[in-house]
Amino acid sequence: MSTGLIFAGTGAILFAMGVAGVMLLAHLLRRILAFNLMGSGAFLILIGLAQRAGLVDPVPQAMVLTGIVVSVAATALALALTRRLHKLTGAYTLPATRDD
Amino acid sequence: MTEFFDPLAWLILLPLFWASGAFLLGPTRGARLAIVGVAAQLWLAIDLAVKVGDGGTAIRHAVGGWGAPLGIDLIADGLAAAMLLLTHMVALPLLLYARGYFAADASVARYFWPLSGFLLAGLNALFLAADLFNLYVTLEIVGLAAVGLVAAGGNATQIAAGLRYLFATLIGSGMYLLGVALIYGAYGTVSIATLTPLINASAASAVWIAAALMLLGLMLKTALFPFHYWLPPAHGGAPAPVSALLSALVVKASFYLILRLWLGPFAPLTGTIAWLPALLGSAAILWGSWQAIRAVRLKMLVAYSTIAQLGYLFLIFPLLGPDGLALQAGGMQVVAHGLAKAAMFAAAGAMIHVTGRDAVADVAGVASRMPVSLFAFALAGVTLMGLPPSGGFLAKWLLIDAALTQGQWWLVAVIIAGGLLAAIYVFRVLRQAFLVPAQGERRHLSHRAPPLLEWTAFTLAAASVLLGLRGVDLLRLLAVGSGP
Amino acid sequence: MTSNEILPLAVMASSLLPGLIIFTLPESRIRWRTALNLLGALAKLLLVGLLLAGVAAGEEYGFRYAVLPGIDLAFKADALALLFVTLSALLWLFTTLYAIGYLERSPHRSRFFGFFSLCVTATMGIAMAGNLFTFFVFYELLTLTTFPLVVHRGTDKAMQGGTVYLAYTLGGGALLLTGIVWLHSLLGQIEFTHGGVLAALADAPTWQLQAIFLLLIAGVGVKAAIVPLHGWLPQAMVAPAPVSALLHAVAVVKAGAFGIIRIVYEVYGIEFAQSLDLLTPLAVMATVTILWGSFRALFQDDLKRRLAFSTISQISYIVLGVALFGPLGTVGGLVHLVHQGLMKITLFFCAGNFAETLGIHKVSEMDGAGRRMPLTTLAFSIGALGMMGAPLTAGAVSKAWLIDGATAAGMDWAVWVLWTSSLLNAAYFLPILWRAWLRPLPAAFPNERTAARGWRETAWLLLIPPLVTAGAVLAAGMFSDIAWSPLAWAQLIAQREYLQGMP
Repeated sequence: MSTGLIFAGTGAILFAMGVAGVMLLAHLLRRILAFNLMGSGAFLILIGLAQRAGLVDPVPQAMVLTGIVVSVAATALALALTRRLHKLTGAYTLPATRDD
Repeated sequence: MTEFFDPLAWLILLPLFWASGAFLLGPTRGARLAIVGVAAQLWLAIDLAVKVGDGGTAIRHAVGGWGAPLGIDLIADGLAAAMLLLTHMVALPLLLYARGYFAADASVARYFWPLSGFLLAGLNALFLAADLFNLYVTLEIVGLAAVGLVAAGGNATQIAAGLRYLFATLIGSGMYLLGVALIYGAYGTVSIATLTPLINASAASAVWIAAALMLLGLMLKTALFPFHYWLPPAHGGAPAPVSALLSALVVKASFYLILRLWLGPFAPLTGTIAWLPALLGSAAILWGSWQAIRAVRLKMLVAYSTIAQLGYLFLIFPLLGPDGLALQAGGMQVVAHGLAKAAMFAAAGAMIHVTGRDAVADVAGVASRMPVSLFAFALAGVTLMGLPPSGGFLAKWLLIDAALTQGQWWLVAVIIAGGLLAAIYVFRVLRQAFLVPAQGERRHLSHRAPPLLEWTAFTLAAASVLLGLRGVDLLRLLAVGSGP
Repeated sequence: MTSNEILPLAVMASSLLPGLIIFTLPESRIRWRTALNLLGALAKLLLVGLLLAGVAAGEEYGFRYAVLPGIDLAFKADALALLFVTLSALLWLFTTLYAIGYLERSPHRSRFFGFFSLCVTATMGIAMAGNLFTFFVFYELLTLTTFPLVVHRGTDKAMQGGTVYLAYTLGGGALLLTGIVWLHSLLGQIEFTHGGVLAALADAPTWQLQAIFLLLIAGVGVKAAIVPLHGWLPQAMVAPAPVSALLHAVAVVKAGAFGIIRIVYEVYGIEFAQSLDLLTPLAVMATVTILWGSFRALFQDDLKRRLAFSTISQISYIVLGVALFGPLGTVGGLVHLVHQGLMKITLFFCAGNFAETLGIHKVSEMDGAGRRMPLTTLAFSIGALGMMGAPLTAGAVSKAWLIDGATAAGMDWAVWVLWTSSLLNAAYFLPILWRAWLRPLPAAFPNERTAARGWRETAWLLLIPPLVTAGAVLAAGMFSDIAWSPLAWAQLIAQREYLQGMP
């Protein structure tokens, strides 16, 4: 098994864990961390699969860099909203939805 | 120097400029800047649509003079030009509307103007992008700006709706990104044009997984049943101009992407499962309409109607054929629903603004106090019900025609039933509005409706109906370079 | 654009534009509103006159506009269209006058007259539709524009009536749409053509053509109030009297009947429809409706509801005429389209007068009304006698042609149906006349609002329209043989339908 595939396999596991975390966890901070895990998993796969014949492909590196910027922005937004929600309701979990 | 004035680049740059400007200048001057900017963009979009429609070929732009594979390509074919035109036809009235709506509320407006600029920049970039990774970035820009807009109101319900929406959209784009990674791993490229001839039915299983992940992620972002859970609180809870932008445009962006992928690179993979989106779409129509029928709050009714109307878009997949009827139906429905839903949220917002209450029961007597808003709501309703002469009617006609041509009777039944269910929830509101309230109940109809709110809603509604008379032009535009 | 293209559009614009302007007028601009209404109505009559002269001379009027590739919004002012157009335009003028008097001092008049004009426009569109697509567009527009009129009063009862009305008509519209698109997917655009176009589909499975026919007829049959699709009509009587008069006695129900005429003659073609065994079931449906409507009318105490059930019955005379294979029945059905409109609008005007002036809503309250309001009651009597088919009235002419048509078609049972219905008509109209003329004046009428002034038993705007239309009922009966009478025009249509239909 090449190092690339090991990276990719790890990435897939991380991604699956992340998705499960975002969907199943209640605490908002944990969900945000899970989202970051998800993103890292995807980046690992991108880097890992793109290794061909030992040569490093620069394009996925650039993509991952962009992706990291995006996920930093998303994390910041999520943190800001969480802080605000905590200030208003005192809770770190989402209130139950009203069914109407 | 002709390159410098290329409308494709300016459609993305202009909103970025005025969004930053609005952030620095504050809500009052920022609003003016934004409206001037969107007016200029509308002009660019019209110009582009005319050029593409008349020229009959797609228009390209290599950003900074660097084309693919190293740089970024922007491509405007008929579908993209139509989406850009729709975006700005909806955005300009809505920004004017927002100026009236937020006049008394500077705290929300402070966020609204910059965020709507970033939203439009993201949308425009998304419609023009030609590679899968750029599409990911634009999807995220759109998603984050939309979440910001939902939460901009700042109360706990809106923040919670924003967070719920944020996690949904992040999972959706995460799945999309994973798909992109797998595709890049398999083919070493993310350019849609390069990929399309490479992918065929005997592709590696990683490609199948990639396609499944990307389409599922996008369906989640389009709020297709049963992934719709995040939409009603987000669209029903946000301020009216935001709900209108989101329902009319943002969900269409991810649908646009599904359509691109389905018709382009993934076409060889999707043939056997085309019934699945149609099945989910049918469920969305029935479930969304049913929820709209029993919704207590007016904006929730409109939000659930969005879920139902998005369902129609997914009915086209098993019907896509050489006659192009289904694709035309889809394009027509996207535009008609975009205009109508923006109008409906705007009208509902105006009614809530004046009555100060948001239950369906509270619109009683609106017919005599706010006839223009009610008219706007009714005209938008005509489009949603698919009654003539609206654009929604033409979409429904084309869809039924396509379904009959292919012998898919169950789809015909769903479409007809969906129209009747829409009539129930639309007339539920109209009926209430025509009721003369009992003498003691004239309480909260104290102040007059701001004309700006009423007439912008009316303009959008009238456009959605009059689209029915310009069907030929829209279909001609959509036909340009459709397919990869 | 040539004048032959502009004229049909101008006919529609003459009610559309005043309607749109009226919406923007404030409630207090009564004079402007009245002037616009009357100007529109008179302009329309003038334009229709031009069209009539042209069509009689063999001119062809039409206009097309492409909506989708291969689908046009097409207008065609042929002889058949003009029969309906002329009737609606003429009655619009009188109903407008009546409505101005009737709605004096009531709220939301701009909205009322705005939608009223839009309804008339939609009716014109139905009449002049050149293909099934266009017909459907205006058919649904008529549904949408009548809803605000039905619920105009804004009471809970009005809402209930409006809801029932919508449930029926939108449901019918859905069936109609399915049928039309189905035909469209088989044959492309369906133009209304003398002799029909479906003969080209003779190879298609019969069940398919029969199923489409059922969908189409059920779709238009809702508006034509064919049993069992008639339930909305009595409910819609909560609308103000002018609405009941023009829309529910003339425009809406006639739109349905007119649709049946177009579908049978100009889509399927009368011969082809006969060869598919479609006409006899249609005749049976019409028969059931005629008898059931008359039967139910017997037991209605509410005057407007009695008239509504009478409408249900009478509209199917037209359907029966269509379903009788042969030119005589066709003439009978077509001429009844006009005659029934004249008679029924008279009756509704009078019912409105009784309600407005004396507060009479029920048959049991009619005692002595003839002594207090002789002119109104006279007009009512003429309309009622016409419905029974009494000699010298318009009703006698249509009935005679229908009976001749049934005899010629060898359908003797239809003759018996017509006679039975006449008897039933007499049974539910004569007691009203007897009460009104022969019973003594009661101590007080339920709610007498307008005092009598000399010969003017009520406001003159309420009095003139029923007298004029009652006069027209007599004129159409006595002078049916002269040129330009409804009968002469119906004969012209039947001639063109049957002669040009032959290959």
